[in-house]
Order: sequence, then C-alpha cells, then structure tokens
Amino acid sequence: MVALVPVTFLTAFFVYPITSILWRGATADIGALLESFGKPTFVRIVWFTIWQAVASTALTVVIALPACHLLALHRFRGRSALRAATTVPFVLPTVVVGGAFTALFDRLGLDGGAFRVHHTIWAVLLAHVFFNVAVVIRTVGSFWEGMGIGPEEQARTLGASSWQALRWVTLPRLGPALASAASIVFLFCLTSFGVILILGGPTMATLETEVWRHAVLRGDLPSATALAVVQLVAVVAAVAVTNRLQRRLVVPRRQQAGRLPKPDRRLLAANLAGLGLLIGLPVAVLLERSLSINGGYSFRNYSALADRVDLLPVSSLVALSNSLLFATLATGLAVLVGGLTSVVVVHGRHWTSRLLDLGMTLPLGASAVTLGFGMLIALDEPPLDLRSSRWLVPVAHALVGVPFVMRILVPTLRSVDARLREAAAVLGASPTRVRMEVDLPIAWRGLLVGAGFAFAVSIGEFGATSFLPRSPDRLTAPLALFRLLGTPGEALRGQAMALAVVLMGITACAVLAIERVRGPIRGGL
Amino acid sequence: MSGLHVEGVGVSYGELAVLENLDLVVQRSEVVVLLGPSGSGKTTLLRVVAGLRRPDSGRIRWGGEDLTDIAVHRRGVGLVFQDNALFPHRDVEQNVAFGLRVAGVPTSSRIRQVAEMLSLVGLDGFAARSVDALSGGETQRVALARALAPGPRLLLLDEPFGSLDRVLRDRLVGEVGGLLRSLGQTALHVTHDRDEAFAIADRIAVLGKGRIERIGTPTELWAEPGTVHVARCLGHQNLIELDSGGRCALGRLHEGAGTVLVHGDRVVIGPSGDGRGPVGTVVESVFRGEITLVRVRVGNLVIGVPSTERVDVGSEVAVVLEPGAVVPLD
Repeated sequence: MVALVPVTFLTAFFVYPITSILWRGATADIGALLESFGKPTFVRIVWFTIWQAVASTALTVVIALPACHLLALHRFRGRSALRAATTVPFVLPTVVVGGAFTALFDRLGLDGGAFRVHHTIWAVLLAHVFFNVAVVIRTVGSFWEGMGIGPEEQARTLGASSWQALRWVTLPRLGPALASAASIVFLFCLTSFGVILILGGPTMATLETEVWRHAVLRGDLPSATALAVVQLVAVVAAVAVTNRLQRRLVVPRRQQAGRLPKPDRRLLAANLAGLGLLIGLPVAVLLERSLSINGGYSFRNYSALADRVDLLPVSSLVALSNSLLFATLATGLAVLVGGLTSVVVVHGRHWTSRLLDLGMTLPLGASAVTLGFGMLIALDEPPLDLRSSRWLVPVAHALVGVPFVMRILVPTLRSVDARLREAAAVLGASPTRVRMEVDLPIAWRGLLVGAGFAFAVSIGEFGATSFLPRSPDRLTAPLALFRLLGTPGEALRGQAMALAVVLMGITACAVLAIERVRGPIRGGL
Repeated sequence: MSGLHVEGVGVSYGELAVLENLDLVVQRSEVVVLLGPSGSGKTTLLRVVAGLRRPDSGRIRWGGEDLTDIAVHRRGVGLVFQDNALFPHRDVEQNVAFGLRVAGVPTSSRIRQVAEMLSLVGLDGFAARSVDALSGGETQRVALARALAPGPRLLLLDEPFGSLDRVLRDRLVGEVGGLLRSLGQTALHVTHDRDEAFAIADRIAVLGKGRIERIGTPTELWAEPGTVHVARCLGHQNLIELDSGGRCALGRLHEGAGTVLVHGDRVVIGPSGDGRGPVGTVVESVFRGEITLVRVRVGNLVIGVPSTERVDVGSEVAVVLEPGAVVPLD
C-alpha cells in the first residue's frame, strides 16, 4: 500500500519517459542512425566521455585524500566550518561553477593566448575536481574517522614508517571507501553536462552535450535518441557498479578512542592553502567580479537583475522567484516520494524493496539530461500531456531530488538498532507505535537533511530543465544564467556573475541549514 | 499451575537445531538463571519466551494462558539486553516512562512511577540526563528500570552485565539479585558466568545440546553437577578420567571406568612423608586473596586445591581426599 505512491510517481515520470527513449531507439534502428552521423565522430564522443570521467575521478581522489586525512583524524578550531566549506561546491549549481571558473580564467588571463585554460579539457577537469572533492571527503573521511587508527599504531610500534603504515595499512583499509567514492565521482563526471557545456566550449562533445545539441539546438530527435540510448546503457552499467560497491561499504562506528589529536601545523597549512586555492579562489573571484563594473565596484550588477534584457523573456529576478517556487514544490514531492520509498526499501518485502531501491537510485545516475530528454519526448502527447503544466519542472526536479532524500534516509532507517524496536515491542508498543516512537524520531533529522539536499538540487538543476518546454514565464534562474554566460558583453557578464552569486547564496544557506541539522548523521550523499 | 511454562520448545536455524524439545518451569517469584556456553541457545530461548521469535514447535504458557500466539507487545514481559538498547533520542526519564506511556498511564502517575523506579535502581536525579552521558553501569540500571516500570509479570535478562568490568559487575549483580528478591519479581536470567549465576539464582538451569541438562539450586548443582558438561559450566576443574578398575594416580576412586569430579575444597594437602596419601609436586601457586589456589601434580594428574596457607612451587606434599570429595559424573 505504502509502495503505491512512489511506484505510480516513478512509473509515470521516470519509467515512461525512459521507455519512450528506448522504444524510439528500438523502432528507429540505432545502427543506421549512428551510421548517419559518422562512425568516427560517434567513437570520438564516447571515448572522450569516458576518459574525461576517468581522469577527473583520479585527480579528485588524489587531491582529496590529504583533506580526508586532516578532517577525519584531527581536531582543530574551524574543523566543522572547513568541512562545510568543502561541501558547498558539491551542491553549487553547475551553472554557478561554470560562472565562477569563467570569471577566474577571465581575471587570470587564462581565457586566451598561450596559457588558455578556458574552453580546454583543463577547465573541465579543474571544475570536476572542485565539484567532487566533497564526495570523497564525505565518503572516505567518515569511513576513516569511523575505522580509527588502531592498526596504524600497531604497525608503527612494529617498526613501520608513517609512509609504510599509510601504504600497507591505511590505504588497504580505506579500499572499500575509496572504491565507493571513486565510483560515485566517476558517475557524476560521466553525466557531467553544464560544466562541459560552459567551460568546455562549443566544440567539446560528450554524449550528454550532444544529446542536448541534437535535441534542443538542431531539433534532430532521432540522432539525439540514438545518443541517449548509448548514454543510458553506459550509465546503468556505472550505477550497477556503484551500487555494488556501496552495498559492500559498511561505515564502521567510531570507537571511543579518546579525543582526536591536533593536526601538525604544516599539514593544516598545506591543506588550507590547497583547499583555499581550489575552492576559495574561484568563489572569491566570482564575488569580486559580480561587484566590479567599468573598473570600479558597486552593486549595480545586482540591481540590474530586476531589469529585463533582450536576451531573456523575463528579468533574472522573475527567473529567481520561479526557481524558488519550483524548488519548494519539488522538495515537497521529493520528501513525500523519497520518504515513502525509503520505508518500503528498509522494511518492505524483499523483492519490492530491492526493486524500489534500484529504481529510485537510477534517476541519480540516469543523468538529468536523459531524464529531461525523455520527458521532452514522452510527456508532450496523450496520455500524459504536461507541456503546458506548471508541474512539469517541479516533477523533474523532484525526480532528481528523490535519490538524495533516499541516500540520507535509507541508511538512517537501517541504522536504527533492531533491538530498539524489540525493546519498544517488549514494553508494549504495537508495530505502528514502534514506527512512530522509534523510527520516526530517529529518522526525522535524516528527513530534514534530505529535504535540504532536494531543495539545493532543485534550485540549481540545469540538465533536465534545459530540455523542458520553456514557456517564457517559467524560465528558471540557472537557465537564465546559462544564457547570460553564453553571450559576450561586459554588462551581461556582470549581471551573470551577480545572478550566480545570488544562486550560490541560496544554495549555501541550504547547505548551512543541512549542516546544522545534520549533527551525528553520517554517510550518504 | 502458575509461573512460566516452556513446553517442548524447538528452534532451528536452517539445518542447525538450537533448541530441541526443551522444557522449563519458572515458578512465581523465582529467579532462574540459564547457564551455558556461548552458542548454546540461551538467548534464543529468551527471545522465544519474549515473543521476538516464534518457536518451530512447542508452547509457551503463563499460568493457564497460552502465550505462544500472543504478539510480543501484548505479553507483559520485560527484557533487558546485554548492552545499551536505550532509545538514543530520549532522555533517561522518557526511556523509563516508555512502557507506561504506551500502556496509557496518565502523566501524573507516570512521573511518580518513573521517579520511584529510578530511585529503586539508585539513580535519583538522573531523570533529565541524556542517555549518551551515562556510564556503562548507569546505562544498565536505566535499562533495568525501563523494563521494570510497567510491572512485567516476567522479567527477562540477557547477559545484562556482560559488557561491564569485573568490579562493577560483582556489585551490580549483588544489587540486582537483592532487588528482584525484594520485589518478588519472577525472572529468567541468561549468563555464561557462573559467579553471576550463583549470586542471583534461586535455581540454575544448565543448557546443553538444546535442552535443560540439569536444574537445581546453586548448592545442589555445585555439590552434584551430574554430568561433565554441567560440571564444566559451573567451573569445576578436577574432572578425572578413571580406568576400568576405577583407578587413577590418586588411587581407586570409584567402582568402574568413567569420569569423576573431585571437589577441591574436600582435598587436604599436608607435609609429605607422613604416609597419609599419595605424594605430589606443587606446580603452581596462585594467590587469590582469601585463598591460594594450589595445583599439585600427582603422577599424570594435576589437581587444584584451594588452600588457606601459601605453598611454594616445587615443594612435595601429600594429597588426602576427605569423605565426599569424589562425585561420579555421567
């Protein structure tokens, strides 16, 4: 019974669109389609999509490890602030990140000439690391913190140098967490869209960007379908691997081994400098750039947000208020659907829970672009004609948000000790009462955290939204920002930066709220 | 027919039969301790009685009432887990009040009863504490108060002191034993620790091969364990194999082959050379406070004897068995 709501939702807005893509693909002879736009081109696109994801993942893990070490095993003033700061990039809208790095390259003179970074692979790799460092810090860091350093101390007393202890004891012990984190980062990079579109430039082509270019810019739905099918297969494979690795990952409970030591000064300084450069600098330059106008500083870029420019059907301010409304609706939907699904996944009968678990994780990977494209081709005709519905965007955002709610809620529900339920039952609580008195209060924080993530995700959602029919008055802020960024001109650039800062502010507020509520809840991004 | 009656209970996990046709009676106001090594099915039996697991066969009755098909939350039993199953999101008072609240006891009398319970377990003034801030012993006291608060007809304790250190454990065992007796509380208590069993039990039931192998008061069981398994569970050390003539290095102890128990406290060691018994060599002498535990090697046997005097390792002593020292086992 409880399963009915999420199943209906998932079927109508996820399974149906995705099947539409597959159905069209199957009936349209993919081979011929791929042939039609040239085999070498196609191979080049697939190859580039995969290797940029691999390279981004490797870089991210290597760069994040020192920060994991610092945050997991040490205690210092500002530790939780630093942790929160590293989380901010992950939830920043892709378009904002695109804007920040555009501003950075612009200011450092890296957008042209001999040291051009803008519109090269380096820009994309840099932005991917910026985004995903948080994933590694969260996953590996909390695992590291939980597993403690007992065996390392053992190794040291047996004569291992700190390097040997790291190499032979720590890294192997971290193995499951590293694998899990890397698989998630890989998945995110494989489905990266906004970053590549903005920072990679008009010639950089991955499966995601090409689906969009064919479908939206050229109106060539058959070619877009063929690419989407390939992307779907790749992503499902990657999601399956990720799920396997995640399932194996049991975050150990922190042993009470006394208080954590203070970090070495050099470790702290190096980490702060590294993270400052990587995370702080782009954000700082974005702020600076949003205030600068004609060589001076003022808030004029911000006040200009209320003005309509020719490029956009409505002013940026209207787009922002649209975004806030959609995000509120989407959060409500995501919490409802994700909450019910989590309960079924944790307490339902075996096969229903497995099915829903997999089904609900898919949207996380099945790429916002694929989702948007599916909704574009499936929901514009009966039986489900939502072209003009104001629910279309919130529904798409909720679908993207549900996996986030579940990632937080499912582990929280699972972590409720079975003996607590037994204790409640022995004390006379009926099964329903046990849910209300034991599970709900413990999961409550998880639900709030999940809602925060769903909100942050919706505010910045770009991939799916970029496909959805745009009645002018439903323009969202990220879409407006994308268009502003894509157009040259000092005034528009300034307005773009101001809009990016406002979006960043909203998401940062959501993240800070999450961090406040989060408290002891660990794991699961 | 009052009290708890476990009748012919069987439980298997897949191929493995943990309990087989087990019978057990706990009289009203009696504290029975289930003693057995880990994996002997003690906890499983407790879960069956609590209603957390259905037995594959057999019935659970209270008085004339068949509890087997009654859901766990309607059984009116209390259960204390080995470690911390306190609700982490509630404070001490709310934890203890849980059962009363579920039963619909009005707030005013609930508060009074919780205060009484906390004072009973020696935790006056702990009501508003967070359960995270409790020590191991305090945690178990709260768990006990929580289980006792709704006034269960039967209290089940699953190794409640298992995670505490020795000193704290001894103190708490004594207190809880006294508390259960003063309340006239019927209780079934599981442990693998014989000292705990001795301290708390009216009767001890030793579990072996899925059944109650033997049941009796601590003194009865200690004097005559009956079987080798029970003797081991109770911590007897001097289990001696006899040859077909009933002999061993200490002499002829019984009519035929088999295993006998030699009660160390009925063995006297004295200076060698007076010819009163076989002579052995002291191989170990461990000071235990009130007594010194002396191990003496006689031929191929090593026998443990509690002694009030200290004896040096390596000295030769005569070993004399007093009447009643030897008890045959099955």
